[in-house]
Amino acid sequence: MDNSATPVLQQTQRPMSPHLGIYKWQLTMTLSILHRATGVALSVGTILLVWLLIALAAGADSYRTIHMFCISPVGLFLLAGWTWSLFFHLCNGIRHLLWDIGWGFEIPRAYATGWTVVVLSFVLTLLTWFLALRGGAA
Amino acid sequence: MSTGGGIPKHSDLKTPLKRVRGWGSSKSGTHHFIVQRITAVALIPLVIWFVWFVIGLSHADYANARMMLHQPIEALLMIVFVAAAFWHAQLGLQVIIEDYVHVTWLEITSQLLVIFLCVIGAVASILAVVKVALA
Repeated sequence: MDNSATPVLQQTQRPMSPHLGIYKWQLTMTLSILHRATGVALSVGTILLVWLLIALAAGADSYRTIHMFCISPVGLFLLAGWTWSLFFHLCNGIRHLLWDIGWGFEIPRAYATGWTVVVLSFVLTLLTWFLALRGGAA
Repeated sequence: MSTGGGIPKHSDLKTPLKRVRGWGSSKSGTHHFIVQRITAVALIPLVIWFVWFVIGLSHADYANARMMLHQPIEALLMIVFVAAAFWHAQLGLQVIIEDYVHVTWLEITSQLLVIFLCVIGAVASILAVVKVALA
C-alpha cells in the first residue's frame, strides 16, 4: 500500500475501540447490552406499577379497567416481557455487584455466571407465571 | 512535567494536583456510582417481595387486593420498593442519556424529563399506597 497517499482516509478507516459493528457477538457483550435494554424496559414498566397502585386506591371500577388490560393479549405480552426483564436485570445486577467487590472477572467465570443469569432469568419467569396462573387467575 | 529536565514549556507554575482539583470526578464523582449500588442492593430483597406480592394480587379480587396493601408491613415495603425503584431508574437512565444523547438541549431536556417523571411517579405511587393503607 502506498503510505503517502490519502493519509486522512487511512486514518478515518482505522477501527476504533469499543465499536459494536466490528466485534463478533459474544455472550458477555450481549448481556451487557441487555442489562441496559431491560433497565429501560423496566423504567417504562413503572407506568403500569403507578397505574396499579392508583387503581387500587381509586376504586373497584378503576381496578377492573387495569385488570382487563392485564389479561388482554397486549397486556399479557407486556407482563411476560416485564417479568423476564425484571428477573434478568435482577440476576445480572447481582453479577455486576459481584464484579464490584472484585469477584468473577476471569473469562471462564464471566461466561459461567453469564449463562447462569440467562438460565435463571427464564426459570424464575416460568416459575412466577406458574404460581400466578395456578388454580386460574382471579 | 519534569520529563527531559529544565523548565517545562507553557509552565503556569501549577502543580499537577492543583491542575486536577475541581475537575472531573474529584470529590463527588463516585456519589452517583455509590447510590446506584445502594439502591441496587436494596432492590434485591424488595424485588423478590414485590414479585411475591404481585403473584398474590393475581389471585385476588379488588377487595382482597386492597386488604393486601392495607397491611402495614406490605404498605411499608411497597413504599420503600417504589422509592428505591424510581431512584435506581433515574440513575440508570441518566447514564444512558449521558452516553447516547450528545445534542445539548436534547440531553438537558431528557435528563430533566426523566427526573420529573421519576419524582411524579414515585410520589403518586406513595400517595396511592398511603390512601389504601390509611383507609
